[in-house]
Amino acid sequence: MLNGTEDEEKWLAEGIAGIQHNAFYMHRALDSNNLREALKYSAQMLSELRTSKLSPHKYYELYMRAFDELKRLELFFKDDSKHGVSVVDLYELVQHAGNILPRLYLLCTVGSIYIKSKEAPAKEVLKDLVEMCRGVQHPIRGLFLRSYLAQISRDKLPDIGSEYEGDADTVMDAVDFVLQNFTEMNKLWVRMQHQGPGGVREKREKERSELQDLVGKNLHVLSQIEGVDLEMYKETVLPRVLEQVVNCKDDLAQYYLMDCIIQVFPDEYHLQTLETLLGACPQLQPTVDVKTVLSRLMDRLSNYAASSADVLPEFLQVEAFSKLSNAIGKVIEAQLDMPAVGAITLYVSLLTFTLRVHPDRLDHVDQVLGACVKKLSNIPKLEDSRAMKQVVALLSAPLEKYNDIVTALTLSNYPRVMDHLDIGTNKLMAMVIIQSIMKNNSCISTADKVEVLFELIKGLIKDIDGADVDELDEEDFKEEQNSVARLIHMLYNDEPEEMLKIICIVRKHTMVGGPKRLPFTVSSLVFSALRLLRQLQGQEGDIVGEEASMTPNKNFQLLTQAANGCDIEHVAYEFFTQAFVLYEEEIADSKAQVTAIHLIIGTLQRMNVFGVENRDTLTHKATGYSARLLKKADQCRAVYACSHLFWVDDQDGIKDGERVLLCLKRALRIANAAQQMANVARGSGGPVSLFVEILNKYIYFFEKGNKQITSSAIQGLIELINTEMQSDSTNPDSVADAFLASTLRYIQFQKQKGGVMGEKFESIKL
Amino acid sequence: MNYLVGAFKPPCNIFISFTDGRSRKQVPLKKENGKTVMVALFQSQENIVGEVVIEPIHGKKVEHNGVKIELLGQIELYFDRGNFYDFTSLVRELDVPGELYERKTYPFEFSTVEMPYESYNGVNVRLRYILKVTISRNYVSNIVEYQDFVVRNYTPPPSINNSIKDVPCLNLSHSYHGSSARDDHLVPLQMEVGIEDCLHIEFEYSKSKYHLKDVIIGKIYFLLVRIKLKNMELEIRRRESTGSGPNTYVETETLAKFELMDGAPVRGESIPIRLFLSPYELTPTYRNINNKFSVKYYLNLVLVDEEDRRYFKQQEITMYRNLEAS
Repeated sequence: MLNGTEDEEKWLAEGIAGIQHNAFYMHRALDSNNLREALKYSAQMLSELRTSKLSPHKYYELYMRAFDELKRLELFFKDDSKHGVSVVDLYELVQHAGNILPRLYLLCTVGSIYIKSKEAPAKEVLKDLVEMCRGVQHPIRGLFLRSYLAQISRDKLPDIGSEYEGDADTVMDAVDFVLQNFTEMNKLWVRMQHQGPGGVREKREKERSELQDLVGKNLHVLSQIEGVDLEMYKETVLPRVLEQVVNCKDDLAQYYLMDCIIQVFPDEYHLQTLETLLGACPQLQPTVDVKTVLSRLMDRLSNYAASSADVLPEFLQVEAFSKLSNAIGKVIEAQLDMPAVGAITLYVSLLTFTLRVHPDRLDHVDQVLGACVKKLSNIPKLEDSRAMKQVVALLSAPLEKYNDIVTALTLSNYPRVMDHLDIGTNKLMAMVIIQSIMKNNSCISTADKVEVLFELIKGLIKDIDGADVDELDEEDFKEEQNSVARLIHMLYNDEPEEMLKIICIVRKHTMVGGPKRLPFTVSSLVFSALRLLRQLQGQEGDIVGEEASMTPNKNFQLLTQAANGCDIEHVAYEFFTQAFVLYEEEIADSKAQVTAIHLIIGTLQRMNVFGVENRDTLTHKATGYSARLLKKADQCRAVYACSHLFWVDDQDGIKDGERVLLCLKRALRIANAAQQMANVARGSGGPVSLFVEILNKYIYFFEKGNKQITSSAIQGLIELINTEMQSDSTNPDSVADAFLASTLRYIQFQKQKGGVMGEKFESIKL
Repeated sequence: MNYLVGAFKPPCNIFISFTDGRSRKQVPLKKENGKTVMVALFQSQENIVGEVVIEPIHGKKVEHNGVKIELLGQIELYFDRGNFYDFTSLVRELDVPGELYERKTYPFEFSTVEMPYESYNGVNVRLRYILKVTISRNYVSNIVEYQDFVVRNYTPPPSINNSIKDVPCLNLSHSYHGSSARDDHLVPLQMEVGIEDCLHIEFEYSKSKYHLKDVIIGKIYFLLVRIKLKNMELEIRRRESTGSGPNTYVETETLAKFELMDGAPVRGESIPIRLFLSPYELTPTYRNINNKFSVKYYLNLVLVDEEDRRYFKQQEITMYRNLEAS
């Protein structure tokens, strides 16, 4: 290999030396106006280009040397006062050269002067030149020769408005010439693949790609011809170029040329000839990277559409979307081996296109996503990371465009596409969605949308089966969860009823998140709920009582449950604090207060995360609030309920018998007070049932082994109740009687049961 | 020059000139000694008019048995050296026997001379026209002086001039220019079969008859190419045959090698031919000149493959001299 390059350097150096040597004599001949010598040495000089030993790259160097010399020669030829031969004769004279390559270089050189002299119509000369160049069939030499022809003829085409303009068909002549040169060059270029020096395929392809611009230049020239209007492009230029592209059956050429067509001709032409252009795609070789071609086309058209609003009607007129969509479908169908990434890339481009061109047509977007889903569902598992990236791009595109997730949420296929992502990517995508919402400050305001949204981001919300939890990066996880938390704040509706629904949905989703996620999400949810409460308070006047009470209640429930689900002490503490604040500030209705305080107590009782101090504070508060309820009966019930806060019937639950007793005693006092108040108010006793209820609590704790609750205390209480019942005979309370009776029956039953429990109850006399 | 010969120095100088020598067209003629001189050009049926000047060396007298001028058309075959065949021989007596003391001028004229053949200078044969002045003497050798001139005859463009088309699929023959080792194992017969399956071309020349400054226009179509060609040339070959029967000598010269194609074409390619004939020294086709010789021209299409095997197809063309073009 190294030797190969060294040899090549050597050959190149020899070639250059040969050119310089002959150029020297040529210059001398030029200076002495000796045409014969000039022709001789120029032909010899050009003979150096006959080498087959150089790679295209090196050959190009050699060619450029010769090219520079030919420019000098051309100046000499042009000035017939120097050599005294008419250009027509000169045109013949150079054809006497025996070797074809020098002959044709000279012919092209004189040909350009011939055209300039206007002694013959440009089209005739060009036709002759392009025809004669057929003699060089060697790919590299032919390509360079024809590239020389293209170079010298560029400014001499019989284009409209050019000084070489011919008769009516003048543009056609120009086009024909360029097309023919293009066709021949392409053939040579394709042939390189099969001919030329042996060598590895890669090397040959590399060499070929070094030459591709020589071929592509022709298309560029075509695009520069003034006279090629849409009509001509549509009728002649494009079909003929495509014919060549399709027929050459070479993947490298097809790919390059399709791309070239797309890049060099104006967008509006593409738009008007979309059908033809797309029609060629399925005819290309299966190995051609059609997806990139189509992507580029769509990118270009998208940019075009974005450039000015005036062109949009054109897109509609030619039904660009459906044509592209069909074409993509066909290509994907035709190229079975196309990797998923390819197909998805195509969809991404199509999506970008439709987003730019028809931003109002959500159905198009959905259609594209639907097609993608269809494609993805044929693939068992998407493992290709590039494909993943493309799917992410696909999903992100609508978000970026509409700046509004709400729009995306109406796309039925959106979540279905997301389902095909792997867990990591799904999370990533969910993050993108959230970030989009954040960035645009978009507000999700209906419960349905929230439902869909959470369905979309479920990857963040809960553990998905099969996810490898160990691999989670702590920081990423935090970030994700923080994002979710932030997202919750973005959900908002002025209508409290709807807002409540939203909150409920969020709760439903977040609650399944497990202990690791909740600390992040629940606080947001709570704050969101709190905000709703505050809002409600602000507009209390407007809201019908029942609803008003219902709402905060539920909210409250929510909060406390949230706190319940939470294992982390300080967060839970915070929740409780908030709950109390809420209770204090927001819940005005007494009934609601009762419900709420019971909820608080119930929740607090089951909390086991708190340290002693925190728990004390909270229980103290709860007890305090209980005792401040409006009605005595409610107070009493709340207070005896508080007793449970000090006695958790668990293995290592708190068991503070003394304070249980305190609570119960306090409840008794309140019951007494209630009794007295009732006497004062109505002249009759209050409900005895409170006492019975307290008795039941006594029995409960007695059974559970609270040492502070003694049988004598129970005995006393039973007597007290009996007394009260008797004194209250005027106002018999059948419910309370029945309650007491069944309570006593229970004691009786325990006594008879015997055993440890029986012994305990033995001392109670009925 | 003759003075240098010393003892054999002729006693007089002889000059032959044409009356219209100044205006008549001069063409180059290659002499035996390799030098090229310019000589007058005539065509058949022309009057050849001029004068002969005899100038005795100062102070010498030339005795003679008569002076004559001959117009000779000769064919000289090199392998048969010394033998000239005069196909034309005209004589004019210039002087009766006598003595010459001083410069004397003799006008001569050959009217409407029939000169059917053109001057030709080939490999094995030469056809030439000369004016020969002879001063006959007794006892000593005659004094002789020659003047060459060239004859060219023009023909009108042929009325029938068909194009040449051929599909020389099987006719393609080949020859080796490689090592002898290669020759050993490549038997011609195999190659011909090979060619049948490997190379199938069709060529077309616009005409079969060309004048000397003509252009050969044509095209070669490659119908089937399975061998790796390197290039293709068109050769112009001159086939000169002299003598007749068993003593026929054939000499073939390649006058032009013109590369038509560089590289290997694929099926369906067509390669243009455009060969200007003016740069080459061609003559018209001569068929059986005085039963002594013929000169024919052939276009030889040569295809060379990457292993330097050559495949060729030869096609005769008729050359003619056209007045307008020359």
